[in-house]
Amino acid sequence: MAGLQQVGLGHYLVVSAILLVLGVFGIFLNRKNVIIILMSIELILLSVNLNLVAFSASLGDMVGQVFAMFVLTVAAAEASIGLAILVVYFRNRGSIQVEDVNLMKG
Amino acid sequence: MFFMTAVFAPLFGAMVAGLFGRWIGDRPAQAVSIICMLLAAACGPIAWVQLEWGGAPSGALTLGPWIYAGTFQVDWALRYDALSATMVAMVSFVSMLIHVYSIGYMAEDKFRRYRFFAYLSLFTFSMLMLVTANNLLQLFFGWEGVGVCSYLLIGYWYDRPAACAAAIKAMIVNRIGDLAFALGIALMFLTFGSIQLDAVFQALPQHQNEIYTLFGIRVYELIALLLFIGAMGKSSQIILHVWLPDAMEGPTPVSALIHAATMVTAGVFLMARMGPLLNDAPDTLAFIEVIGATTAMFAATIGITQFDIKRIIAYSTVSELGFMMIGIGVGAYQTAIFLLICHAFFKALLFLCAGAVITQQHEEQDIRKMGGLWRKMPITYVTFWIAALSLGGMWPFAGFQAHDAVTRVAYAAGTSSGFYGYIAGVVATYLTCVYIFRELYLVFHGTPRMTAEKFAHSHEAPSVMTGPLAVLAVGATVAGFLLAPSFVGAGWQAYWGDTIQIAAWNHAFAGMEDVPALAAWLPLIATVVGLATVYVCYVVAPLTPAWLATTFRPIYLFFLNKWYFDELYDFLFVRPAFRIAHLLWQTGDATLIDGVPNGLAELAVDGAKGAVRIQTGSIAVYAFTMLIGLVVLVGVFLIWR
Amino acid sequence: MAIFPTICFYVFSVLLLASAAMVVSARNPVHSVLFLIVAFFNAAALFLIAGAEFLALILVIVYVGAVAVLFLFVVMMLDVDFTQLRSGFQRYLPVGTAIGVLLLAELVFVMAGWQFHPSVPQLRFAPATTAVTNTVALGRLIYTDYILLFQAAGLVLLVAMIGAIVLTLRDRRRSRHQLIRMQTARDPKETLELVEVGLGVGVKVLGIYRPEATEPGGIDDDPLAAGQEAGVHHAPEAH
Repeated sequence: MAGLQQVGLGHYLVVSAILLVLGVFGIFLNRKNVIIILMSIELILLSVNLNLVAFSASLGDMVGQVFAMFVLTVAAAEASIGLAILVVYFRNRGSIQVEDVNLMKG
Repeated sequence: MFFMTAVFAPLFGAMVAGLFGRWIGDRPAQAVSIICMLLAAACGPIAWVQLEWGGAPSGALTLGPWIYAGTFQVDWALRYDALSATMVAMVSFVSMLIHVYSIGYMAEDKFRRYRFFAYLSLFTFSMLMLVTANNLLQLFFGWEGVGVCSYLLIGYWYDRPAACAAAIKAMIVNRIGDLAFALGIALMFLTFGSIQLDAVFQALPQHQNEIYTLFGIRVYELIALLLFIGAMGKSSQIILHVWLPDAMEGPTPVSALIHAATMVTAGVFLMARMGPLLNDAPDTLAFIEVIGATTAMFAATIGITQFDIKRIIAYSTVSELGFMMIGIGVGAYQTAIFLLICHAFFKALLFLCAGAVITQQHEEQDIRKMGGLWRKMPITYVTFWIAALSLGGMWPFAGFQAHDAVTRVAYAAGTSSGFYGYIAGVVATYLTCVYIFRELYLVFHGTPRMTAEKFAHSHEAPSVMTGPLAVLAVGATVAGFLLAPSFVGAGWQAYWGDTIQIAAWNHAFAGMEDVPALAAWLPLIATVVGLATVYVCYVVAPLTPAWLATTFRPIYLFFLNKWYFDELYDFLFVRPAFRIAHLLWQTGDATLIDGVPNGLAELAVDGAKGAVRIQTGSIAVYAFTMLIGLVVLVGVFLIWR
Repeated sequence: MAIFPTICFYVFSVLLLASAAMVVSARNPVHSVLFLIVAFFNAAALFLIAGAEFLALILVIVYVGAVAVLFLFVVMMLDVDFTQLRSGFQRYLPVGTAIGVLLLAELVFVMAGWQFHPSVPQLRFAPATTAVTNTVALGRLIYTDYILLFQAAGLVLLVAMIGAIVLTLRDRRRSRHQLIRMQTARDPKETLELVEVGLGVGVKVLGIYRPEATEPGGIDDDPLAAGQEAGVHHAPEAH
């Protein structure tokens, strides 16, 4: 709490916003492989967590941290499932280039 | 009763032969058709005799209502009067003879014969409807009916392109006349409020001075002119004559029936029927006279150069039709009808003789390849002589009486157009003799110009073909004598009743007997001179025709090529029509009209293809799109908070 | 010394943002994962500054210790050919940058006009106290008010685990393995046969051959086993 009062809520929110945008960039600006997308999703979730914790500290409301913990849980679950899908996909297609993921091409 | 049978028996024959011929077979179909025609040929003359000499009353037999549309009312009705009865008798009789002749002529034809007989009978029915019509719409019905049957019969051998082209040509040229005819009927309805003949003739005195606003001429003149243009098409007068020579592509019985005796005379009949109206249109009468005279001369000039056995006779028909119009043009309608009846006999006879020669020469129609047939085909030879003398106007045959009447009355008219008609008649008579005796000589006399084998195998036609020839020959001989007193002689008014009326100002007919002797004898002199010319040119000095042709080569070519009418029409009408049609087809139809649905379909396809490109399958793009959506949503929320 | 948290904050946030940028743009995916780990660490530090120490350490343990390591496993396992890595940055860069900047601008816009409602202190769900540690405070909330959510989170994790196994488990039919239940269920009478053998008599004379060795049936029916010889050792087939 003390830290937040000295730093200020706004700074945390700015950092969170920039982190969000970086994560978003990572989703569609990368051409390398799908793992980068999954990592960008983690970054986005991290920025959300940061936001929640900042507000929780600023308002003095614990529920923000509770929510952040659940977000953490879900992020972990989602990362694992995502990676499992990726592994199976790689088994079938042999490549994880983003551009090769185009079986749904109309 | 007899009258109705005469008119409808051919229809019955046509229906049975045409609809059921395929199942009942050729011979039964032929038999039905022949029996019906015999019935009609018996009833027609009986009805005629009953009317004229049996005292039966004339009138209209209403069969039933047809069109009732406001003030326009027409019924199906048969008009039983002198003119119709005469025509019915002639048409049914000649048609019957030709049906019998066709049994022999079409015996070895490649197509099933029931079709031919069905068409012939249907044609006969249409012609009979035409001549017995009590109102102009029924006449038009018969008019179109004979046009359709003519098309079907000219193009009977439909696997020959020349025949199909000729059939279409006949149809289209007739159409031009039909258009004018229809306009005439419409104008008549507009003027009189009715197209029933009785109503029109009764109302004639009322609208005499009405002027048709568009052209500034009298309404009667315009109606008459329009009707005459229709007659020009059907009766093959100059300008609209081009279809008749080509119509020789059809079988010879068709030529005999349609293009000699019946269909082409429909125009003359129409003019005679509308005589009371024409009496009130003197300018049109003068125009008719000029056209008829020119046609008579012009066709005869072409006839002297032709080589096809049927084509010479076809041009002869055109010339004779011109003759008839000369009679019409001076207001002496009975002379035209007289010539019509006599012409039916000898022209049909000429065609049937030609047909006999053609079948025996195995479809050879070029007279330069014939010759010396008089021993081989004696009956045909004799009947051809009779017909030729009749056509040429030699006394005492029928043709002489008729031509004599027409030329006398043309002279007696006293007008300049009448005189032109007279001169044209004399010249045409001369040329007619020349070409018909030329044909006779080249076909029947001289050394045979065919292969010796063909000559050896030539023989007379079967009796089913020569029988009608004999009957027609009798008619061609005596018809003139027998009919002249009633038709054009002293008893004409008793005979015709009020169907033929001479106008009060017309002294042509009255003055027929007072024609100066030279003028009266000139046509006969022309006939003899014509005979002599042929004798000189072909028997005495056979090189004369060739010398004439080479010396007067441009004139000769001009006559040989039918005065270049076909080429002129091709240039003026046919090619531009083709170009317009091509333009409408390619640009109008293919590009514009087809382009609209095709273009719409292509638009849909292209739109779909463009839309499909959204589905790139690339998840990066999908994610990107989602992000853009998110940004937009947030922006919207911000703006409208 | 009051400025110390501020300096820490700036240091850690700069590091966080830098490593996040590197995650996205590193050429080597292993480097990306490592940078992700660095980012997590720095985020944990930021959490600490804000006073959420439980969450910070949970972040380190779960995220870094489990999730990031999982990422590393997968990156190592997948045969990613580095030479083929294409850098497709340029295609969407202008539009993407524009959209990103727009998003950032919107977020800043939101924050700039943000004001707390005066009655916010009364609206707190769970007011924080300084009497207990952060962990105890969280525990008091989670196991009482949010117990259902907690259990649900557990279920989510269970489902994720099952899902991961279902997705990736490959049935290794081609490798021979023991089936204990078949072994224990075998009847000696079916497998043993006592035969009287004379002296010096060979197997051929006795007419005894090895019995047919059938694959045990049941759920392990391998369609590919139909053509295999009986009584022969299964050679391990190459993949």
